[in-house]
Amino acid sequence: MIFDVPLLLLAAGSEATAGTYVSLLVIGLGLLALLYVSIKAIEVDRRVIFLFIFLSVSVPILFPITFEEQATPVVKRAFDHIENLPEGSRVLLSFDFDPAMAPEVQPMADAIMRHALAKNHKVIFMSLWATGQGLLDQTMRRILPVEFPDKIDGRDYVSVGYTAGNEGVLNVIVSDFKKMFPSDVNSVPLDSIEIFEGVSSCRDLDLVVTFGGGKPGAKEWVLFVGDRASVPVAVGVAAVVAPQMYPYFPDQVVGILGGIKGAAEYESELIKQYPQFAERGTPGLVMMGPQTLAHVVIIAFIVFGNVAYFVGRRREMKR
Amino acid sequence: MKRSSIVILSAVVVLFLVSWILKGASFSGDDNPYLRGFLTTAAAFLTLAVFSFLYQDNPFYKFAEHLFVGVSAAYWMVLGFWQTLVRNLIPRLSSDLAAWFETPSKDISLWYIIPVIFGLLLLMRLSKSAGWISRWPLALIIGYTAGINFVGYMRSDFVNQIAATFVPLLVNWQGTGAFFSDFSLAIDGQFVMMLSNWVIFVGVMCGLIYFFFSKEHTGLFGSASRVGIWILMITFGASFGYTVMGRISLLVGRLTFLFRDWLELIG
Repeated sequence: MIFDVPLLLLAAGSEATAGTYVSLLVIGLGLLALLYVSIKAIEVDRRVIFLFIFLSVSVPILFPITFEEQATPVVKRAFDHIENLPEGSRVLLSFDFDPAMAPEVQPMADAIMRHALAKNHKVIFMSLWATGQGLLDQTMRRILPVEFPDKIDGRDYVSVGYTAGNEGVLNVIVSDFKKMFPSDVNSVPLDSIEIFEGVSSCRDLDLVVTFGGGKPGAKEWVLFVGDRASVPVAVGVAAVVAPQMYPYFPDQVVGILGGIKGAAEYESELIKQYPQFAERGTPGLVMMGPQTLAHVVIIAFIVFGNVAYFVGRRREMKR
Repeated sequence: MKRSSIVILSAVVVLFLVSWILKGASFSGDDNPYLRGFLTTAAAFLTLAVFSFLYQDNPFYKFAEHLFVGVSAAYWMVLGFWQTLVRNLIPRLSSDLAAWFETPSKDISLWYIIPVIFGLLLLMRLSKSAGWISRWPLALIIGYTAGINFVGYMRSDFVNQIAATFVPLLVNWQGTGAFFSDFSLAIDGQFVMMLSNWVIFVGVMCGLIYFFFSKEHTGLFGSASRVGIWILMITFGASFGYTVMGRISLLVGRLTFLFRDWLELIG
């Protein structure tokens, strides 16, 4: 993220409205008042902190503030991997998440799905989570007919949906895909689907991308498929899981999209190369406004807490 | 019930009904506008009920919490029945039964009786006198899981992770002169790569030393141990930062729902 001007003026480069400035002014003045209270060592009710977090998140939602993002190497490598695969490569996208994780993970799934289809890769969709199947169906219905009307089910993409078994599914599909998924979601046998010609197991895939943040998820894909079958794995994970995935980069995973920041970086890279997707919505980039302001407020409160602590300690020592 | 509680509950009910009617009217183009209006309003009120805990514990929060737990449990139970029993088990045991459940039939295999028996044994846990029987299938599950995970973890989390720690401490080293003349702080530059590899090397070594308790943490060993603590603290800090980001994302998700889908304040 590029911070080349003070935060309160950052909105100037975006679609800032009078509402943005007024709201930022209110938050800023409120924080200054709290700093004063902290210096006076007066205890602040925790609900005041919640109120500020609410304001700092809701203001950029109501009056969008956007920032420019630059893809970091962990995200850029995932992007480059999809970009550099030859057309027609088989890419598996696994929706291993639920609605609770969707605000973070769905933007990544959208961006990578768009990217893979724009590159004319053959995309296989699946889910290790029962809740992922519904989100997968919604995503396909929302994006495919509108943005890729020329793509044909079975030839350019296919959804095999969800099957029960958690890690057990991975243990099987690493050597025999059709054993776990004999047919796609429309009960069409995989043997008769063009996209599966020459694909008998995960070993025949060119890339696996898993989206999620729970179990089974990214780690299980690395353990049971990526390393075992030497298949490149890229992961788009909820922020809480991202630190656990970093040790696997770059040898065991080709790229990591960590939380909404990872999604925003990927979207930024995507719209640089494929500007047509900028009009389709960039929820990751949009969410970075509330993220940034909320983080500034949290940092301010950490500073205030320390100020209050040291002021209090000095008073104690004087006594 | 206190009078103030009755007033609050009445206000919430009235607001809910007003919102339901207004949302239903706004979905007039839909097949079933008032059902959609009800679902959106219910989702919004449940979100607000959960947020109300931030003010203080209250019956609205408790209702939302209990509803969530109940619905989740029911959802997974239904899913377990249809996905595991109906889809995976029944077609293996009886083609007639599979046809009755309208699920595609598979090759009959009576071996699938064994997991059924183990499943039933697990349910013995519900009985006080026969509860001990459930330990046998449980032991099998734990043993199977440990066994099947062992190879994966050994390869990915042990061997490959140790291999990933063996990083060159002098990346593309072509001498001091070349290093300083080509000095760059670019992310893929030699200096940053070397710094990164040194951090991995020193971090792993000092982290391991901190957890080595067979020797007293004094002198050089103690200093390395303290560096190990710092490394751990920085790691925990980074994890916490990510966690905060995740929580804020979820808050953004819910507030976006409230502002866009419910209140229609944004497009």
